Amino acid sequence: MSEEQITVVQIPDISLQYEGRVVKDARVGYSGFIVGAEHLLEIVQSLRDELGFDYLSSVTGVDYLPEGKMEVVYHLYRSIGGPALVLKVQVPRDEAVVPSLYHLFKSADWQEREAWDLLGIRFEGHPDLRRILTWEGFAGHPLRKDWKEPYFEEETKPFKSRWPEGITGHIEDKNPFHDNVQYPDGFDPETWVPQAEEALYTSAKKIGRDAELHTDTIVVNLGPQHPSTHGVFRMVAALDGEQVVFLKPVMGYLHRNHEKIGERNTYLQNMPFTDRLDYVSSMSNNFGYALAVEKLMGIKPPERADYIRVMMAELTRWMNHVFSFGFLWNDLGSYFTPMIYALEERELVLDIFEAVSGSRMMCNYFRFGGVARDLPVGVLDRVKELVFERMPRRLDDIDKMLTTNEIVRNRCIGCGVLTAEQAINNGASGPNLRASGVPYDIRRADPYSIYDRLDFDVVVHYHGDVYDRYLTRLDEARQSNRILQQVVRDIPEGPIMTGKPAYQVRVPAGDAYGRVEGPKGELGFYIVSTGKPNPWRYHVRAPSFINLTSLEDMCRGGKIADVVLNLGAVDIVLGEVDR
Amino acid sequence: MSDDSLQSSNYDIPPEMQGTVSITSLDKVYAWSRKNSMWPMMFGLACCAIEMVVLAASRFDIARFGMEVMRPSPRQSDFLIVSGTVTKKMVPQIVRLYNQMPEPKYVVAMGACASGGGPFKEGYSVVSGIDKFIPVDVYIPGCPPTPQALMNGLIALTKKVDKERIKTSKWYSKGAEAAVPVPVLGPDLMDPRKYALIYEQTHRPIEPEIPAETEQKEG
Repeated sequence: MSEEQITVVQIPDISLQYEGRVVKDARVGYSGFIVGAEHLLEIVQSLRDELGFDYLSSVTGVDYLPEGKMEVVYHLYRSIGGPALVLKVQVPRDEAVVPSLYHLFKSADWQEREAWDLLGIRFEGHPDLRRILTWEGFAGHPLRKDWKEPYFEEETKPFKSRWPEGITGHIEDKNPFHDNVQYPDGFDPETWVPQAEEALYTSAKKIGRDAELHTDTIVVNLGPQHPSTHGVFRMVAALDGEQVVFLKPVMGYLHRNHEKIGERNTYLQNMPFTDRLDYVSSMSNNFGYALAVEKLMGIKPPERADYIRVMMAELTRWMNHVFSFGFLWNDLGSYFTPMIYALEERELVLDIFEAVSGSRMMCNYFRFGGVARDLPVGVLDRVKELVFERMPRRLDDIDKMLTTNEIVRNRCIGCGVLTAEQAINNGASGPNLRASGVPYDIRRADPYSIYDRLDFDVVVHYHGDVYDRYLTRLDEARQSNRILQQVVRDIPEGPIMTGKPAYQVRVPAGDAYGRVEGPKGELGFYIVSTGKPNPWRYHVRAPSFINLTSLEDMCRGGKIADVVLNLGAVDIVLGEVDR
Repeated sequence: MSDDSLQSSNYDIPPEMQGTVSITSLDKVYAWSRKNSMWPMMFGLACCAIEMVVLAASRFDIARFGMEVMRPSPRQSDFLIVSGTVTKKMVPQIVRLYNQMPEPKYVVAMGACASGGGPFKEGYSVVSGIDKFIPVDVYIPGCPPTPQALMNGLIALTKKVDKERIKTSKWYSKGAEAAVPVPVLGPDLMDPRKYALIYEQTHRPIEPEIPAETEQKEG
């Protein structure tokens, strides 16, 4: 690291600069600054324009039920690197109103909608504060601590009914509907009028109408069952001829209550759930969660475990990028045959995952302070063979087939352009951000694990179109290969776990935000602990979800056929978008 | 035709025609042709969908069973693989897709989530199994099931198809099944078949025992 970067790493004590408006969070184990809701806008604007905190990464809320407070937590970064500046706004629970940052940072758009949907925090000034993961008309805000799901048993796990008594039974039998549902008192299903869809379609119809020519727009709905949406994703687009003039994504079709379940679980029980976030790259998800909890616990994994972790994370990244090339072909219309090439490579990596963790996709391999088990005999040799022989050759093949291919170039160059300013403002991360000319890679910007010791380049391309996103991924896969070659060369012998493996870890009270550079972008876990065996708050800053904020900017003005391509190039996984 | 299972050995075929003519029953040849060209719907929900895609790729290759043609349209597909967690927001769409499929149609519940809610069952927006809404023919355990397990499930489905007879099968009898009523998204997911029950439950007089019960639970 150069001298310059080290100076960046300082977080200024802004409580001195904005005296009277900002105070340090004095609670034990907590970090960051508390801002009054009335000063939030001016301080964030000043931080952005004067101190260079131009990247709003995460917005979320925490429900402190015993204190009757609702806290909104913001994580701001500098796009040149460095740790987070954490801002917190505390408002009364019953009247949770906070000014919206939508007009300063577009990345707040969906995250605020999510906080409204799940926690009932109203963001004043947000132009489109609708529910995002549940549906319009849903009763209640599920992440509030006093909201109970229909299958509610107890506040925290392990449930008394299961352990130690071990009484088995069907939860359906306890619910009067024998189903996972509940309705407010006095509700009459016959008179219910479903909401929401109308509003969405009318707003789509309003846009792009030309009064003089009497042209009309066509509103098209894509999804949630659509072969090109990579899952259950839905978009509503308004078209002027073939041109997209309006596009609104609709999501939540795979909302699996990751956070609510995560707050009932013990810390370790969450590990397998993180696998199911971005189910294409489960090892990276494990990494982020393990880092966040280790930060709270104040432990560090031993050297060998760190090397194994990085090896798994980079294999995942390589596999994910190769998979995304297959999807790129798919989205360009060359249906499935090229995909088979990508999947062939993926299988080889999955074999390694199966050997080390016992599962192909849902690895559940990382533990707090290490990894679950050591590499079995022979795995290292197979990885060596892959990274020195097969992987570089395969990447060259893909490079030869795609990079100069006429169709790929014609379709991708200039399609879905996202400028650097837009990318930063929209909170894009990962290859999407770097393809727009912002050399921001968490492995370098805020190094974790052993990345500061490894030799690799941050890939950056400057046009911000689909073609550059592809090139970024290709080069990044090459860099992963380079890292892997160093890792398998240098991996030391030794223990793989700090301390004894424990079912219940002791996590001191406090909050922590652990983030990794996942294959999709910045994957962050915000965890609040009260010292109990379960996290009080467990929030996932999902890269796919926030990268999608840019989708409308990419698609507007382009052709409808390119929407599919743009969506594919963002590289989303619905498990992570909807959580 | 080398498939011996198709031959009925009870008939004598003249030696010069052996190998070119087979005598069999209509039922047999009908089921045989049907089970060897089952087209799945291209419908991925969650993690399991990735394994479903992998099954179609070269290592596992469902083309061997005549299943490689994944149709994005329900109108052209023979069976639906419910590959992943079924959320309340998605159920109306799945039921509608099922209704749009032409008969005979089959449903495969792939993985723990589609079979019974899986690890997300306790969550507020997850349905505990797609069989609460549409009939399921084959359940495949696993989270996610490996491609081998999925293949095993699909072979089980072809066996089921093979056993069906034109005269007795429900698809060709009178009074075929009515469409499944599409659930509605209200304050929670509402199944039209349960409207009376919902009304009854939400209009109950408030019972005084309820607080006492919860106290007991806490204690």
